[in-house]
Amino acid sequence: MTKQIADFKLVQKQDFGRSVLLKLRAEQALPEIAPGQFVQVRVDGSPNTYLRRPISIHDVDFQHNEITLLVQQVGEGTRHLAMAEMGNVINMVMPLGNGFSLPEKGEIVLLVGGGIGIAPLFYFAKVLVENDIRPMLLLGGKTESDLLRLADYQQLGETFVTTEDGSLGEKGFVTMHSVWQNQDFDKIYVCGPKPMMKAVAKMAAEKDVWCEVSLENLMACGLGACLCCVEDTVDGHVCVCKEGPVFNTRRLKW
Amino acid sequence: MTIDLGRGLVLRNPVMTASGTFGYGEEYTDFVDLAQLGGIIVKGTTLHPREGNPYPRMAETASGMLNCVGLQNKGVQYFIDAIYPRIKDFDTNVLLNLSGSSLEDYVKGAEMVDALEKIPAIELNVSCPNVKQGGMAFGVTTTGISQVVSEVRKVYHKHLMVKLSPNVTNIAEIAMAAEAAGADSVSLINTLMGMAIDAEKRKPKLSVITGGLSGACVKPVALRMVWQVAKAVKIPVVGLGGISNATDAVEFMLAGASAIEIGTANFIDPTVSAKVAWGINEYCERHGFQKVTELIGALEC
Ligand SMILES: Cc1cc2nc3c(=O)[nH]c(=O)nc-3n(C[C@H](O)[C@H](O)[C@H](O)COP(=O)(O)OP(=O)(O)OC[C@H]3O[C@@H](n4cnc5c(N)ncnc54)[C@H](O)[C@@H]3O)c2cc1C
Ligand SMILES: Cc1cc2nc3c(=O)[nH]c(=O)nc-3n(C[C@H](O)[C@H](O)[C@H](O)COP(=O)(O)O)c2cc1C
Ligand code: FES
Repeated sequence: MTKQIADFKLVQKQDFGRSVLLKLRAEQALPEIAPGQFVQVRVDGSPNTYLRRPISIHDVDFQHNEITLLVQQVGEGTRHLAMAEMGNVINMVMPLGNGFSLPEKGEIVLLVGGGIGIAPLFYFAKVLVENDIRPMLLLGGKTESDLLRLADYQQLGETFVTTEDGSLGEKGFVTMHSVWQNQDFDKIYVCGPKPMMKAVAKMAAEKDVWCEVSLENLMACGLGACLCCVEDTVDGHVCVCKEGPVFNTRRLKW
Repeated sequence: MTIDLGRGLVLRNPVMTASGTFGYGEEYTDFVDLAQLGGIIVKGTTLHPREGNPYPRMAETASGMLNCVGLQNKGVQYFIDAIYPRIKDFDTNVLLNLSGSSLEDYVKGAEMVDALEKIPAIELNVSCPNVKQGGMAFGVTTTGISQVVSEVRKVYHKHLMVKLSPNVTNIAEIAMAAEAAGADSVSLINTLMGMAIDAEKRKPKLSVITGGLSGACVKPVALRMVWQVAKAVKIPVVGLGGISNATDAVEFMLAGASAIEIGTANFIDPTVSAKVAWGINEYCERHGFQKVTELIGALEC
C-alpha cells in the first residue's frame, strides 16, 4: 500500500460539541485504504503544535476522493483542527499502519468502541457490510452526547449502548452490558481508552475468543522511523504506527 | 552540487538524513527518491541488541520534541544479516550510526562494519544522552573522545565521521580532540539534554525522566556550535540541529558546514530532505554561486 502526502480541502463539517466531523476532499484519487488505518494531520496555525497528529480514518468515499475524520478536542492541536473552516486546506500523510483483519463470512463479529474510539469502527463496519458480514456493535460513553452518529452506526449492524451515567442504553461500562451474557462471538475488535480495551481483552481471553485492539500510543513520525510509539509485546518493543495500530491481544503483554 | 568529505565519502549534494529520524530509508521511499539525497544515516546501532527505554519515549515541546528512545536496535550482526542486503543498493550513500557502551563494543562493531562494501562511512555516536553508562562519557571529555576515536580508527579504514554532543562546555575542544585522534569529519549537534513535566499529573512526561531535545528550537544553538567548530578544525564539519528548510541548510553551510543533516523535520514533512536539496541548488543559482562548496564558511562578519 503506497503512502501519500496530500492536501485536502474541508468540504463538510459537523459539530458535536466536544467533537467534530471533518470531511476532507483530495484533488487526486485516494490510495487503497484499509479500515483501522490512520492519517497524520498537519495542524496549521497552532503555534504549540509542532508534530503532526495521528487520527483514525472514520470513513472513506473513494468516488469523491474523500476521507472523513472524527476528532475529539483534547488539547491545542485538536482544538485548532476543530476550528477549520469550509474550504480550508488540511495536509495529511496517509494511509498509515495496518488495519483490522477481516473476519470470515459467517463469523459472529462484535465491534466495541469507547468514547472517540468509535471513530475507526464506522469505516470498518461499512467494509464488513460490503463483504456480507453484519457486525454487532457495542458502543460506550460517559454520557448520551458521547455516542456520536449513533443512528448511522445502527444502520450498519445491531448496536448496543452503555453510558456511565445511564443517560442512554444500559448504565455502566461496555464490559457490563447484558449482550455478553446473551451472545457468543467469534471475533471481537476494540478501540477506546486503554483501561477499557484491557478490560474487554481480559473478558475475551477468559472466554477464549480471538480479539484485536487498536492502540493510540503517542507518535512522532507515524512511519516506523523514530521508535517513539512502541508497545511492549511478546516480540519486544514494536512500533504501534507501523506494526499496529491494530494488534491481536495475544501479542500484547497486557 | 558534489561534496567530497574525504577518504572516499563523496556526496551528490550536501543533504543527508539524520540517524534515528529516517529509519533505514525504506520508511521514506514512498515520499523521497533517495537518489536526490547526498546520503542517509541509518538508526543508531550497537554491537549487542538493545530493547531501548520503556514507553513513553516522546514529548512535544515548543517548536521541538524530546525523545528517550534509548538506542533500540537489533545489533550489528542483525543489521548485517537482515537489513544491509535490503538497503545496500540504494542509489545514495548509506552511513551507519554506531554507538556503544564500552570501548570494546565500539571497536568490534566498527570492525564488522568495515567489511561491508556498500557502507562508505561510520558516523560514530559518542553523544547519545540516553544511555546511562558509556555513550555519554566518551563524548563529553577530550580524553574520552580521543580514546574511542583512536581505537576505532585502528580498525576502521573508511570515512570516520564523529558525531558530537552539544552537552559540553567547550565543543571546539572536543572537536579538536576528535580530529587529532583521526576523525575524517565531525557532525554536530546531537540532541540537547532536556526534560518535560506533566503538571496535572505531577509526573515526568518521559519514562526515564530526561531526554534529548531536537527540532526547530535547537537551531540557534546548533548553528553557533557549528560555527565555533568549523573555525577550530581543518576536517569537514557536517551541520545539523533543527534544519527545516533550505534556508536553514544554507545558514549552516555559511557558518562552515560542508554538508548538513535533516532530522526531526522529516517527521513533519516526509518530503523535506529532497526539497532542501533542491532549495540549496536554487539558492546557489539565485546568488551566482557556481559550486555549492563556495557556500562553505562564506559568512561575512
Ligand atoms: C493511531 C491513532 C489514532 C487516533 N485516532 C483518533 C481519532 O480518530 N479521533 C481523535 O479525536 N483522536 C484520535 N487519536 C488521538 C489523537 O491523536 C490525540 O488526541 C491528539 O494527538 C491530541 O493532540 P492535541 O494537540 O489536541 O493534544 P495535546 O495538547 O498534545 O495533549 C492533550 C492531552 O492529551 C494527552 N494525549 C494526547 N495524545 C495522547 C495519546 N495518544 N495517548 C495518551 N494521551 C494523549 C496529552 O498527554 C495531554 O495530557 C488517535 C491517536 C492515535 C495514535
Ligand atoms: C527520535 C530520535 C531518535 C534519534 N536517534 C539517534 C541515534 O540513534 N543516533 C544518533 O546519533 N542520533 C540520534 N538522534 C539525534 C538526531 O540524529 C539529531 O542529531 C538531532 O535530532 C538534532 O537534529 P534535528 O533537530 O534536525 O532533529 C535522534 C533524534 C530523534 C528525534
Ligand atoms: S511514531 Fe515514529 S516509529 Fe511510530
